Amino acid sequence: MSFFMDNILTIVCFFPLLGVALILVWPRGKEHDGSIKWIANGVALAGFFISLPLITEFNDARFIDSESGMRFAFKADWIPAIGAQFSLGIDGISMLLILLTTLLGFISILSSWTAITERVREYYCYFLLLQVGMLGVFMALDFFLFYVFWEVMLVPMYFIIGVWGGPRRLYAAIKFFLYTLAGSVLLLLGILALYFFHHSVTGIWSFDVLAMQQLDIPLNLQIWIFLAMFLGFAIKVPMFPFHTWLPDAHVEAPTAGSVILAAILLKMGTYGFVRFSLPILPEATMHFLYPLLVLTVIGIIYGALVAMMQKDMKKLVAYSSVSHLGFCMMGVFVATPVALEGGILQMINHGISTGALFLIVGVLYERRHTRMIADFGGLSGIMPVYATVFLIMTLSSIGMPTLNGFIGEFMVLQGVFADSTYRLWAVWAAVGIVLGAAYMLWLYQRVMFGELEHEENQNLPDLNWREIATFVPLIILAFWIGLYPKVFLEYLHEPVNQIVERVRPNQFSPLPAQVALRE
Amino acid sequence: MSELPQISNPLEFFLFNGRAIGPQLHLILWGLGLLCIDFLIPKGKGRVGAFFAVGGILMASLHLYWLWGQSLASAFYGMITLDAFALFFDMLFLVAAFLSVLMSYRYMEVEEEQGGEYYALILFATSGMMFMAGAVDLVSLFIGLELMSISTYILVGFLKRSKRSNEASMKYFLLGAFSSGVILYGMSLLYGLSGSTNLDEIASRVSGLQDPTLLTLSLFMMMAGLCFKIAAVPFHMWVPDAYEGAPTSITAYMSVAVKAAAFAIFIRIFFVAFSDLREVYTLVLALIAMITITWGNVAAITQQNIKRLLAYSSISHAGFVLMGIVAGTQSGVTAAALYLLAYTFMNLGIWAVVILLRRQDIAGERLEDFDGLFFKHPAIAVLMLVFFLSLAGIPPLAGFIAKYFVFAAVLEVVFAEAGPNTSILVWLAVVAALNVVVSLYYYFRFVVAMFIKKDYLPAPLSFSGGLIVVLVITGILTVLIGIYPQPFIELARAASESLI
Repeated sequence: MSFFMDNILTIVCFFPLLGVALILVWPRGKEHDGSIKWIANGVALAGFFISLPLITEFNDARFIDSESGMRFAFKADWIPAIGAQFSLGIDGISMLLILLTTLLGFISILSSWTAITERVREYYCYFLLLQVGMLGVFMALDFFLFYVFWEVMLVPMYFIIGVWGGPRRLYAAIKFFLYTLAGSVLLLLGILALYFFHHSVTGIWSFDVLAMQQLDIPLNLQIWIFLAMFLGFAIKVPMFPFHTWLPDAHVEAPTAGSVILAAILLKMGTYGFVRFSLPILPEATMHFLYPLLVLTVIGIIYGALVAMMQKDMKKLVAYSSVSHLGFCMMGVFVATPVALEGGILQMINHGISTGALFLIVGVLYERRHTRMIADFGGLSGIMPVYATVFLIMTLSSIGMPTLNGFIGEFMVLQGVFADSTYRLWAVWAAVGIVLGAAYMLWLYQRVMFGELEHEENQNLPDLNWREIATFVPLIILAFWIGLYPKVFLEYLHEPVNQIVERVRPNQFSPLPAQVALRE
Repeated sequence: MSELPQISNPLEFFLFNGRAIGPQLHLILWGLGLLCIDFLIPKGKGRVGAFFAVGGILMASLHLYWLWGQSLASAFYGMITLDAFALFFDMLFLVAAFLSVLMSYRYMEVEEEQGGEYYALILFATSGMMFMAGAVDLVSLFIGLELMSISTYILVGFLKRSKRSNEASMKYFLLGAFSSGVILYGMSLLYGLSGSTNLDEIASRVSGLQDPTLLTLSLFMMMAGLCFKIAAVPFHMWVPDAYEGAPTSITAYMSVAVKAAAFAIFIRIFFVAFSDLREVYTLVLALIAMITITWGNVAAITQQNIKRLLAYSSISHAGFVLMGIVAGTQSGVTAAALYLLAYTFMNLGIWAVVILLRRQDIAGERLEDFDGLFFKHPAIAVLMLVFFLSLAGIPPLAGFIAKYFVFAAVLEVVFAEAGPNTSILVWLAVVAALNVVVSLYYYFRFVVAMFIKKDYLPAPLSFSGGLIVVLVITGILTVLIGIYPQPFIELARAASESLI
């Protein structure tokens, strides 16, 4: 047990490889597809369970690194010649994202059970490999290692879109790959600049992220590094105007691919800002705050308006992502304690509700092989369970109180409003909430209510048990965060306070050890 | 340089110096031996020649391994050096020659051009390269260069009945001879200015020159000639045709070994003889590197033939190696050496797959020939994917480590503000970084064909034991250099330390 706990991050990160190895040695042939599904699901579920100690043992003093406050830290030399280390460690932010990843990884694998019938073996291999890359990104405390994980996940995602996607899948897949790669290579140059600056100050060749967070970098240099990193992360988020790959990728990807893309992959961009840009380049972030806020607001409103006009459900949800992530980024950039914490919580919320919405669209697509809103209508009568799930997730997405979306959006707005300089930006963001309600409710109305006009929809089966099983954890989480977010926020106070102290020192009182909403 | 021992009689002289060039002697003697026994080899048993050549390469490698432990510093009165830089490149050439011979023999049977002289020429070319890597004197350097070049001209045209191959050889010969002439002219100017052919002495004698005009002229002559050899834009015109027309195994050999040898003398001349002129050439070389990387990639986008595509991609890779020279520092040389090492494995791997696809009556070069490869031969397709990703520079593969090092070398100069023209270096890094995206695009056209298109050509692939060995070695090293690069970095560092 102690070996397990001492290496828990490494084990959680590379555990999916076990599934890949098993699938690769499993006998070939169509008749073995069933067992491969069981292996993949089993490994993914086990991966979720072995990640649970991260939350239960999180505050155990034995696993806290006394200097940095990082949990479960693990360090080993990797490439001594350049000072790159295999260094993992998590704080509250990454812990929540890791659990989201292991949970949604399992859910999306489970949701592929009947959707994927071709090349089953490869499909699950790619998914499990993707899982390794995503987990590594959230765990890495060494910039070189981070970059390796960041890039490694592009390849399996390319294949997931490119092989099992819709009619324009090749275009969408390569667009996704090239856009992200273009940002990444510039990110690499930014990382190198930090690396050399760190060396010129300390004389040590190191990619240690925590050491870089301690540097005082001249503003002039910060600006250049920020711009390089901004492109890397902003394309991934994606922020307006770098979002154009997202609708294509989402529309063409298979359902599970969309789920994982929206829920986890996009979070890698926002996580990059929170973990790297803000604490390492605080002055540059503040320097660019104004244009950044303009971009987030454009993202919020433009995303919402475009979503409203969509005829394709999946595209609608994809554009709603652009809008919601604008919210996240606004909270993150303003970086008052409450706004930042709200932004981070909104990352989790978006993972839950948008992930679920893509599953919901996928359910209909699997039954009818169309995603056009016009092909549906009046489904609530024949699919009552589905209608309930859809409703809950719609409300979660538009920020209905008692559900998770409300808490996140409220905290972002409150946090932005708390800063007298940027108070008015909250108003613009609030417009986005109204528009969000409009397009989501309109979507729900057009699909679920009204007369059942299309003959072929007459006999659509309701959700089966497997599908219900994919939704249940998400619904529980949505209500849990909505009704009692303290459990989750508690983990965020400490890292959020640290980041705010870096970015805007001595301006705000740190978050107390209670729910931020009660301030 | 260690002192030469007092040598009284000729026999001792030859024994002493012969040890220093032992690997080259092995290659030459085995090559000559192969030519002698060639007529004894019955028709259809041409593979014997290949195994004979492999024997020669292995013996040369053993000798090289032995030399590594010795402290022989120079031989032939300072004409040849045995520093870590030379040994590093010697190793690289031997590896490239070994892998090229192994992937050749089945291919030459398919092409029906099996012959002992083919392998002998590879051995001669390799020994020429090793002379180049060890040359610290303009004379030995040029002799090595010509030995390599002339052998390669013949090899390019080895498919005697193929018009394409003949044309390629002619083109390569004309432009190659021309560029050799340009280099030679630069050398003669250098000799006129310094009165010496030894690189170290040249460096010390030209540093006090009042009027640098002629020296600069000599520098640019040499630069132009060497850019021909490494195939940098705008001296790259011969590459697509020569690479396409040559026997594929020779294309593979040229793209790694010939290129690496040209880089070895490029680095040696510019870092030793012209070390004082860095300010003059940094800007020009940076521009050449930028254009080479970009043009190579842009031209590759539309290619439908894998040989031409890889030719253009190799042009762009030469640009990346040039970045190491542009940096002009010890890390720059490390980066260039490491890049060439990584490139040797990943590129030979790719070419091995191309050779595999060459079957009776099927050229196996067009994009369509790759369709559905994954469904028939998943392992080969996955290997090909690994090589492509590595060439594009996706971690954790050899190509990424190599690209990381050239970027780091260039940015290090910017940060140290040690050299002139730092802003052009930043642009060079940015342009090179964005080119990674372009290269990924055209590599992935082939990935799409292999993994997503379904119509597979039914003819069986030309498997052979040698080819499988090549694929295994290149595949393992492409991954290994990416995941555990430490020992390879140390090798490259030792090479650069011995030079600067």
